Amino acid sequence: MIENRPWLNLFAHLALILGVAIVALPIWITFVAASHEAARMMQAPIPMLPGGHFWENLRATLFGEGLSGAETAPVWRMLLNSLVMALGIAAGKIAISIISAFAIVYFKFPFRMAFFWMIFITLMLPVEVRILPTYEVVSDLGLLNSYWGLTVPLIASATATFMFRQVFLTIPDEMLESARIDGAGPLRFFWDILLPLSRTNIAALFVILFIYGWNQYLWPLLITTDRDMSTVMISIKQMLEAAEQSPQWNIIMMTALLAMLPPVAVVIAMQKLFVKGLTETDK
Amino acid sequence: MLKRVHFPASPLPYLLVAPQVLITLVFFIWPASQALWQSFLIEDAFGLSTEFVWFENFEALFHDSQYLASFWRTLVFSGAVAFLSMSFALALAAFADHVGRGAGTYRTLLIWPYAVAPVLAGALWLFMFNPTLGILPYLLEMVGYEWNHHLNGTQAMLLVILAAAWKQVAYNFLFYLAAMQSIPRSVIEAAAIDGAGPVRRFFSIVFPLISPTTFFLLVINAVYAFFDTFGIIHAVTQGGPANATTTLVYKVFNDGFVGLDLGGSAAQSVILMALVIALTAVQFRFVEKRVEY
Repeated sequence: MIENRPWLNLFAHLALILGVAIVALPIWITFVAASHEAARMMQAPIPMLPGGHFWENLRATLFGEGLSGAETAPVWRMLLNSLVMALGIAAGKIAISIISAFAIVYFKFPFRMAFFWMIFITLMLPVEVRILPTYEVVSDLGLLNSYWGLTVPLIASATATFMFRQVFLTIPDEMLESARIDGAGPLRFFWDILLPLSRTNIAALFVILFIYGWNQYLWPLLITTDRDMSTVMISIKQMLEAAEQSPQWNIIMMTALLAMLPPVAVVIAMQKLFVKGLTETDK
Repeated sequence: MLKRVHFPASPLPYLLVAPQVLITLVFFIWPASQALWQSFLIEDAFGLSTEFVWFENFEALFHDSQYLASFWRTLVFSGAVAFLSMSFALALAAFADHVGRGAGTYRTLLIWPYAVAPVLAGALWLFMFNPTLGILPYLLEMVGYEWNHHLNGTQAMLLVILAAAWKQVAYNFLFYLAAMQSIPRSVIEAAAIDGAGPVRRFFSIVFPLISPTTFFLLVINAVYAFFDTFGIIHAVTQGGPANATTTLVYKVFNDGFVGLDLGGSAAQSVILMALVIALTAVQFRFVEKRVEY
């Protein structure tokens, strides 16, 4: 505190509280909508205070047949698909990136830099710019409507490889020297020294990648046509479409709430790791 | 780049890079080169024969008023999203930095929208702006303003901008707050002793000192608005009404996947690739070095 200005402090707190309220307003309205009966959600103005049907709606959403007219699988099934996809992407990206960073930093071999640039290029080719041809490859490989198709094509990662490369470069050379004197081979060195030393980086990256994987939209939209393989993000879109005929906003908003819960919980519970991951992967 | 001390050559490093390189080749480089190749081809209406036409697809695109309009629309959309979310985040970060001790609590309360998927952000704002039920059209009606984004293109654009900016505030806030907290206290104190008030200090010292962060966020927000907002547009407006919210990425998807215009869609993909490459180059060249004082 540089000078004491009680009015300014008060004003700053008020402005921040207002800012938090504006940011939280959509979530509050979602929560309120998820706690009323369908009939109540069809008359304007919609309520601003929660009703008493939250648990009932939760059960209907999770285990019911989804929305009438929306042709979606039960929501628990799609949450499960999203979870498999998010965990698969996060684990896959970390696994293949850490070993390729290990190869690039600790070995001298022909075409080393060529491989490095090849990985770098993936940064410039997001799914959005190669929609059709990538779809064709996945369909030719017979991976449509499968967990493999949902995860594998997304797990190449330049940012994760760069981050691990950065981490390995800060590890002192003496580590490797002493490990070699003690007779450790490359794999032993990787497993017993590099992996434990990068544990917090792996955790931070995992938080970011889990959110990334969970929130994927375009990719599952392209490659899943089977309703049992659909993810919860796709189901929201299908429900919104159905809502134009028969609005059941309590179920839609409950699904939205369930869909945002896992990544939001991860951010709040692991805030330190989240911030670390966010600031490190963007450099 | 390479460690001074390293392991001798062996087949092992090839095995280690193999998974990543294989996936890159199959799912990135091959499809991208396919897009490049297809962008030079025109397929007849029945998909029976294809013809190599050099740059005709590109020429057609740049004479297509719809495509040019979606180009401008994307720029307006990105500019509005970046400006709205960055200025809101900057103001909140300045207040949080001023408050000092409570800043951590406010940070927790403000960063979670980062984790909300774009399509969900879209669904939330769509519900709030639902013309018959939504709370905001209800309030707007009281002051005599009619809201219907199904019919009014400007309102539809405003809706997707709000949803996209809302989600990005968290990210911008986090980076702005960190930048402000890393400014040495002595600089601020010296200005205070010279008689500069909090507002003057913000505009003459804090804002110029965090300009590297502003530049970095500008690039990140542009990339976000260009590529990551597909879910919002697809769920909320489907590019409508009358293409009023059709951005470049939405158009690639729609022309290729729904309209099945292979050559045209591929040419659009190639243009988008060039854009990503340019943005990445800007990011690495200028952001890495940062503006130094």
